[in-house]
Amino acid sequence: MNATSSSSLSRLFLVAALFAASFLAGCATPGPPDPRDPLEGMNRATFEFNDGLDRAVLAPVARGYTYVIPEPVRDCVGNVFGNMSDAWTAVNNLLEGNPHDGGSDICRVAINTTLGIGGCFDVASGMGFDKHKKDFGLTLGVWGIAPGPYLVLPLFGPSDFRDSAGLVVDFEVDPLGYLYPTWQRNIIEGVRVIDARSQLLNAGNLLDSAALDKYVFVRDGYFTRRRSQIYNGNPPDEPDDTQPNPMQTPQQPAPPAGGAPMKTSFNQILYPAQHTFGTNAAPLAMDR
Amino acid sequence: MNAAVKRFCGGVIALVFGAVTLQGALAQGAQDPPDALVKRLVEDVMATVKSDKDIQGGNISKINDLVESKILPSVDFKRMTASAVGRNWASATPDQQTQITEQFRKLLVYTYAGALSQVRDQTIQFKPFRADPADTTVVVQTQVLNTKGGEPIQLNYKLTKEADGWKIIDVNVLGVWLVENYRSTFAQQVSQGGIDGLIKALVDKNNQLAAQKGKA
Repeated sequence: MNATSSSSLSRLFLVAALFAASFLAGCATPGPPDPRDPLEGMNRATFEFNDGLDRAVLAPVARGYTYVIPEPVRDCVGNVFGNMSDAWTAVNNLLEGNPHDGGSDICRVAINTTLGIGGCFDVASGMGFDKHKKDFGLTLGVWGIAPGPYLVLPLFGPSDFRDSAGLVVDFEVDPLGYLYPTWQRNIIEGVRVIDARSQLLNAGNLLDSAALDKYVFVRDGYFTRRRSQIYNGNPPDEPDDTQPNPMQTPQQPAPPAGGAPMKTSFNQILYPAQHTFGTNAAPLAMDR
Repeated sequence: MNAAVKRFCGGVIALVFGAVTLQGALAQGAQDPPDALVKRLVEDVMATVKSDKDIQGGNISKINDLVESKILPSVDFKRMTASAVGRNWASATPDQQTQITEQFRKLLVYTYAGALSQVRDQTIQFKPFRADPADTTVVVQTQVLNTKGGEPIQLNYKLTKEADGWKIIDVNVLGVWLVENYRSTFAQQVSQGGIDGLIKALVDKNNQLAAQKGKA
């Protein structure tokens, strides 16, 4: 990789993932379609691929990491990465019109970087500055952009069109992307991925045991979770889909306190296809 | 691993763990206000799990005992199941409804078992409870804190007022309502194989989980 380019390993993956996704988008979709998931056939294939890759490579590597590296060191590594992401969370909270959370995030970074010795210890949580997690996809959602179709990205997993666009921005601002030489950056990226996976090792089987159809369970959970995050954990009720009324326009949820989702024409520009779903358009519009 | 999956997995754990936790109900307290009921359940179940290595190890029969004695009195499993099945519930015979409820309960208990093995030194923080006295459905908000820091796990409980007190009808982990999240899968099973197809899918899943448990 060219050391003077700003592309890092993860950027390369992301570009490859988006390219593969757009390339495969023409594949046929079997079964009764969910209006939010017109690319289900392709998404399922990618989901299987990710699952297989995880079983074959990532999970074993993460287990090895947990076995070899002592817990205090792993905690420190996780916290340092967490501290870096907190800074970006702060920016997004401010962009979303959450000055309280954004201010708290700034304090977190300041406290953990100094008292927490470069982010090694998360002392701010103990002082009442709760950790938040925000990314640019959520900020786009608060700004009124609809999620668009569901999209499982190779390597990155569940996403949608809006959040994939947000992910590109997330990578652009990632300070790690500007670290040279590239081989050092790639090692750090690798550790970050392994660290993230290692924190999930115990969680792994729960999803397998809970879900009849893991793909559908993860997909539905993804949309619900993202919508909840856009409303800072307190989303307005959705219309009850057990008593559907296809003729009814979906209710416009009230703007969340502190945030002001705007209804923009971006939706129409970015996702004109959603309007062809006719009576099924409601789920796509849920983030507005 | 991507962050979304990570958050989601963490959520599933927390939710299961929370669902168990929330429910250590005693029949005598059934008339408590909803926030007090959840608080008592959570504290009771947390204490039980922390003091019992077998439960942490995933001992299914002990976890079943815990569910029967503490959780069942405060949870309306039938209503949970009806909600997960959605509009198809009405077309099921009473016998089918009983079977689905029983199998869904088994499935949730298996998932709880996995979640309970995650209970370590977490603490539960209760958020201020706001509800109108006239409300018949309320949400009690809590979050799970790790002593080492990190992102708190949102864990909310939906309760509804019934003749014999407040009952839990859904649990929300990291923004996802567990029971609601089963709706598409259940609807898919019913559209493919009818109500009996759904029952079969649940039975097969539970048998598969029981077989795995036997091997472990």
